Amino acid sequence: MPTKIIMPQLGESVVEGTVSKWLKNEGEAVKEFEPIMEVTTDKVDTEVTATSGGLLLKILIPDGTTVTAGTLLGWIGQPGEAIPAEAGGSPTHAPAAHTPSPPPPQTPVARELGFISPVVAKLAAEHNVDLQQVKGTGASGRITKKDVLAYVAAKPPEGLRSALEQSGAGKPSGGSEELAPWEKPGDGDLFRPPELQMAAQAAPVSVPSVPAIPSSGDTFLPLTNIRKSIAEHMVRSKHTSPHVTTVFEVDMSKVAAHREANKAQFARDGVNLTFTAYFVAASASALKAFPMVNSSFADDKIVLKRDVNIGVAVSLGEEGLIVPVIKQADEKSLLGLARAVNDLANRARAKQLKPDEVQGGTFTITNHGVSGSLFATPIINQPQCAILGVGMIQKRVVVTSGDAIAIRPMCYISLTFDHRILDGALADYFVAKVKEALEGWG
Amino acid sequence: MPEMTLIEAIRQAMDEELARDDCVFITGEDVGPRGGVFRATQGLYEKYGPRRIIDSPLAELSIVGIGIGAALYGMRPICEVQFADFIFPAFNQILNEAARMFYRSGGEWQVPMVVRAPYGGGVGGGLYHSQSVEAFFAHIPGLKVVIPSNPKDAKGLLKSAVRDPNPVMFFEPKKGYRLIKGEVPEGEYTVPIGPANVSREGTDLTVFAYGIMHYYCLQAAEMAAKDGISVEVVDLRTLLPVDKATILSSVKKTGKALIVHEDNLTGGYGGEVAAIIAGEAFTDLDAPVKRLGGPDVPAVPFSHPLQDWFMPNPEKIARAIRELAAY
Repeated sequence: MPTKIIMPQLGESVVEGTVSKWLKNEGEAVKEFEPIMEVTTDKVDTEVTATSGGLLLKILIPDGTTVTAGTLLGWIGQPGEAIPAEAGGSPTHAPAAHTPSPPPPQTPVARELGFISPVVAKLAAEHNVDLQQVKGTGASGRITKKDVLAYVAAKPPEGLRSALEQSGAGKPSGGSEELAPWEKPGDGDLFRPPELQMAAQAAPVSVPSVPAIPSSGDTFLPLTNIRKSIAEHMVRSKHTSPHVTTVFEVDMSKVAAHREANKAQFARDGVNLTFTAYFVAASASALKAFPMVNSSFADDKIVLKRDVNIGVAVSLGEEGLIVPVIKQADEKSLLGLARAVNDLANRARAKQLKPDEVQGGTFTITNHGVSGSLFATPIINQPQCAILGVGMIQKRVVVTSGDAIAIRPMCYISLTFDHRILDGALADYFVAKVKEALEGWG
Repeated sequence: MPEMTLIEAIRQAMDEELARDDCVFITGEDVGPRGGVFRATQGLYEKYGPRRIIDSPLAELSIVGIGIGAALYGMRPICEVQFADFIFPAFNQILNEAARMFYRSGGEWQVPMVVRAPYGGGVGGGLYHSQSVEAFFAHIPGLKVVIPSNPKDAKGLLKSAVRDPNPVMFFEPKKGYRLIKGEVPEGEYTVPIGPANVSREGTDLTVFAYGIMHYYCLQAAEMAAKDGISVEVVDLRTLLPVDKATILSSVKKTGKALIVHEDNLTGGYGGEVAAIIAGEAFTDLDAPVKRLGGPDVPAVPFSHPLQDWFMPNPEKIARAIRELAAY
């Protein structure tokens, strides 16, 4: 029995991926776990490996095609083995952008839909609407644009979820065999796109573009996936959360002393002890003390997250930035955190992050001080509640508690928070806790 | 803001441009002491004298030919063709000389000329005083074609036309001369040639029109609103160069388009708008693009009942709106 190659779900909000390149040709031998194709999404680029050895029998989705997660991409099998006919290149595997979901099998007789106008076809594909479910109010019962929009407005999450389930249904309709769990797109909150977790704000926010008036000599840069993704995310975040920023100043003397004393020791363990590790550790303990900061706003409730997963923004230069996540940061020692920060940052720059390493964050730290900034007002990484900005550590003259004048390594830290969840006082208690942890280090 | 008629706004635009720039002059049949058959130039002869308000022979070829020659010498002629129906003797001058002079001379010679002509039916003018001619000229690269629908735009667009370095065909809906009234801002202003105007916002369908038909479309939209149909109305204002972006963004919003003009349908300007929509907004369409225009008969009939049969009016437009909304 040949084995399927399935488009994996490469992130919680990623419902489709682009087959950027097949690394094997049809008929070529593949080993188990050998990379067979490259996949691009708006979050990460990665490779898909063979789940079994044999020959690459058939490529169903050619290079450059974007399909929904769960789509059958091809078959691996033994020489001479036949591909199950009903699944081979059937239209259910066509690119997501063009295919309204196939009628669900439980509908025995599909009703005659009548004329489908271009905009209805487009909206149905965009919102993964099964037109069989939409009531038509146009001439002769035709489904109008308004009908689709009303349907989408009425039940967005179901529409998308059933579409996800169905696109997982690259399953051969004749076969009794169920898809293996790892072949199905993820279900449950973890795998729901943040757009849907924030259903109240689910209306897609288009990036407003100010009409550009080109003058001669201007250059046009096409948007990369990562640029597009950042633009969309930033605009959506600003539309979603009322942002408020509060700023504290931290005396980093003890942290600096601790780092100086332990740097060499850490280096022997192969770890570069950075200040970032201390900020992650201080934030983790403050998040434990103030769980409201470790939360998400969802429609009618606030979701307190159990895990403390701290994202650390890593600049990729002109290309953009990416936020790898240190999972369960509260359970790691300073050594463990420092190692994780090193490892994630290095692999982020080398573009070797795995999809699950850039998702699931519950809080984010952006260390804008590395580029000389004193303090900033970062934008919240949705659907999180807050983001901590860390400024440059700089020696400043301060007045100590004994009214003496001293020179201390000082640092501004800023917290941008979602005012729907937090009010100023609680946010300040949280930042004060971070400050306390850093100033009392050791 | 003072309220005035369409023709008062046009007269005021010319008056202000004559006062602003000594190079501006007007020539045409009866434009002098008589003040034009529609009184568009009334009082200007007295104010600016016979050297700037010049009565011409009954020869449109020569009116436009004089305009082109004067424009090449740096003047800013406003040529009045008494009725758009009479423009065809000048067609060769406009097509073969005015429109392509800049192109033919590699950008050395310009023809900053305005040709004003009242167009359209509904005034009992019969075959030779009722024609719509915009489609002929909107087909000619090198020209600009402008049709105002209200006094404010008429004044602002005509002032822009006088100052434009290109030949501008400025067609005025004669039925609206005294019918269409509106507020006109005090003081100096212009309306740019090019941008269309979304004159009424709506969500169910878009009606595209210009000139007197735009005036009727607003009334039809009001009638349709009583039936719960939300109509967006776009006044194209400039047919060449046409404002594609506004056309497309409106269709993207509403998904349905109706184009209305009184010119007969075949080869009319509505076909161009329909083609733009079909070509660049196909996936936004929720219904076939609909056109409403005059019937394909050789001219607007003289008999009043037949003239009514020819002309689109608010009732006919509202009917087309209802049909399209129900699709």
